[in-house]
Amino acid sequence: MGTKPASFTEVFRKTDWAQTKAMIEACGPREVERALSRAGAGRPEDFAALISPAAAPYLEQMAQLSQSLTRKRFGKCVQLYAPLYLSNECLNSCTYCGFSREVQIPRVRLNEEAVLKEVAVLKEMGIEHILLVTGDFSDKVGVEYLSQAIDWVRPHFAQVSMEVQPLAEEVYRELAERGLHGVMVYQETYGPRYAEFHPRGSKKDFFWRLETPDRLGRAGIHKIGLGALLGLDDWRADSYFVALHLIYLERQYWQSKFSLSFPRLRPAQGGFQPAMPMSDKELVQLVLAYRIFNENLELSLSTRESSALRNGLIPLGITSISAGSRTEPGGYANPKAELEQFEIDDDRSPEQMRRAMAQMGLETVNRDWDPRFGLNLNP
Amino acid sequence: MSQDFLNIAGREFTSRLFLGTGKFSGNQAMASAIAASGSQLVTLALKRFDPENPGDQMVAHVRQEGVHLLPNTSGVRDAAEAVLAAQLAREALETNWVKLEIHPDPRYLLPDHKETLLATEQLAKLGFVVLPYINADPVFCKQLESAGAAAVMPLAAPIGSNRGLATLAMLEIIIKESKLPVVIDAGLGAPSHAAAAMELGADAVLVNTAIAVAEDPILMAQAFKLAVEAGRMGYLAKLGAVSELAQASSPLTAFLQGTP
Repeated sequence: MGTKPASFTEVFRKTDWAQTKAMIEACGPREVERALSRAGAGRPEDFAALISPAAAPYLEQMAQLSQSLTRKRFGKCVQLYAPLYLSNECLNSCTYCGFSREVQIPRVRLNEEAVLKEVAVLKEMGIEHILLVTGDFSDKVGVEYLSQAIDWVRPHFAQVSMEVQPLAEEVYRELAERGLHGVMVYQETYGPRYAEFHPRGSKKDFFWRLETPDRLGRAGIHKIGLGALLGLDDWRADSYFVALHLIYLERQYWQSKFSLSFPRLRPAQGGFQPAMPMSDKELVQLVLAYRIFNENLELSLSTRESSALRNGLIPLGITSISAGSRTEPGGYANPKAELEQFEIDDDRSPEQMRRAMAQMGLETVNRDWDPRFGLNLNP
Repeated sequence: MSQDFLNIAGREFTSRLFLGTGKFSGNQAMASAIAASGSQLVTLALKRFDPENPGDQMVAHVRQEGVHLLPNTSGVRDAAEAVLAAQLAREALETNWVKLEIHPDPRYLLPDHKETLLATEQLAKLGFVVLPYINADPVFCKQLESAGAAAVMPLAAPIGSNRGLATLAMLEIIIKESKLPVVIDAGLGAPSHAAAAMELGADAVLVNTAIAVAEDPILMAQAFKLAVEAGRMGYLAKLGAVSELAQASSPLTAFLQGTP
């Protein structure tokens, strides 16, 4: 009857940004202790308490709890992936991003030959799960290119995921049939300053982006990645909205798996200044809070963070990492630092990472999928 | 005890402890735990190894003297995918045994019975020895018997939860009524849980998380080995009846004494 399908927008409209900030700020030790006593219950008020300033003195207790929940659910295993940047072309003007259309850099889109060169290097490093990344080129040519790119890489990897602009439900369906496993779409911020950070291009449309995970869920995408760009606005309020988004999505799309990432903005010299920079301690607190809130979540930590922080944080709750990453198109076969989207901090190779993980008593899992699942191949 | 074999589809096992191979800190830890457990049937997920790579390290470490492989279909969401996965595994590992796991829900990994029944029927017709992972549902166990399953693997508690025999009342009925071997799978978090399952009359148990996640997986594997043996011996020795009432010294039926 043409009724609009359910979407997170309904939940979103009922939650006020300023009230959320005040509610988190008002949490005290009693709320934190109650949250710690019912780990895994998945209540948003508990999550608010765990990310509040009041939880800072409980960091060690949170770490112990998070680690034991993670071991129980995920064992001593952490999955490994690497990003594969296909293009740095972009129609958007995100004020914080190195690919923004105003930035004067040469624009590249890898052709099949160049992609296969990247694939060869990644395979050499033992990578089995990859994340295809582009800027936003939501024109028709862009979408056709994405499906071609999936065809090029799919035979070489166990799992192919994607981090590109939001797409339509039927496009996701079609890409899933070509073997796309997961899609990451970060809202960046759920707050009122969204428009200010995204003045032009398709990313200007807040609600199109906000409802992307709904479209992914309906299209039957196996893994859906969420996140906020931490530091862009109040990271606590943004993370609370991510948690609400997650609660909604898990109930609505029970067959999809959810993944969270923690991209953190840091003050760059002469570059973008985050409104509310997040400290290392706060990042750790946030990761632990998510784990205590939801023991089934994939929590992913990229090479944006330093090796020291990663070594400390991975064993506490992280279940997916990247290593050896290049963030410029063509960068594996042909490194060109000036084309990077962001600077890599932890530059250890996958092999060095595997050894470091083994020293922590953790196994690096390269492969945790069979690429033929979900393709509806008739045996 | 020496004659006490477990028979599944014509294959005899002296060990009643089956092992899962996920969640270990590495292949070496897994291989040592398998050896310490004395297990003769070890599951491994098709999605974790490369079927086209005969030198796959994970498979190499699982292959041990006296250990049979039981590939599982973890990751599939319906019967069609499960049948495909079983066929890929049969080709890669040269075994027609399959642990059928269909859990479209990626969080609690709870089995989908509708798809499991369909896949069991199809796989049995294709000549597979099918061991389906299921909820502790006695009626469903009877339906799986008709569908051609070789054993049933009801869960004790949600997988990885270490909660022990949370589905006890249903497991008791399944054990009592089943014509197939009953392997209690998922949720056994301590050797005492495994012993309790065996005392109940389960034919075997499958353990993974509790061993893999232990500080010392080898010691824990030994502990489970002994617990399973002890529980089985307790079952064979026939436990005394449990009574919640004391034996009354003035029985309520005393008035019947001397009456015809």
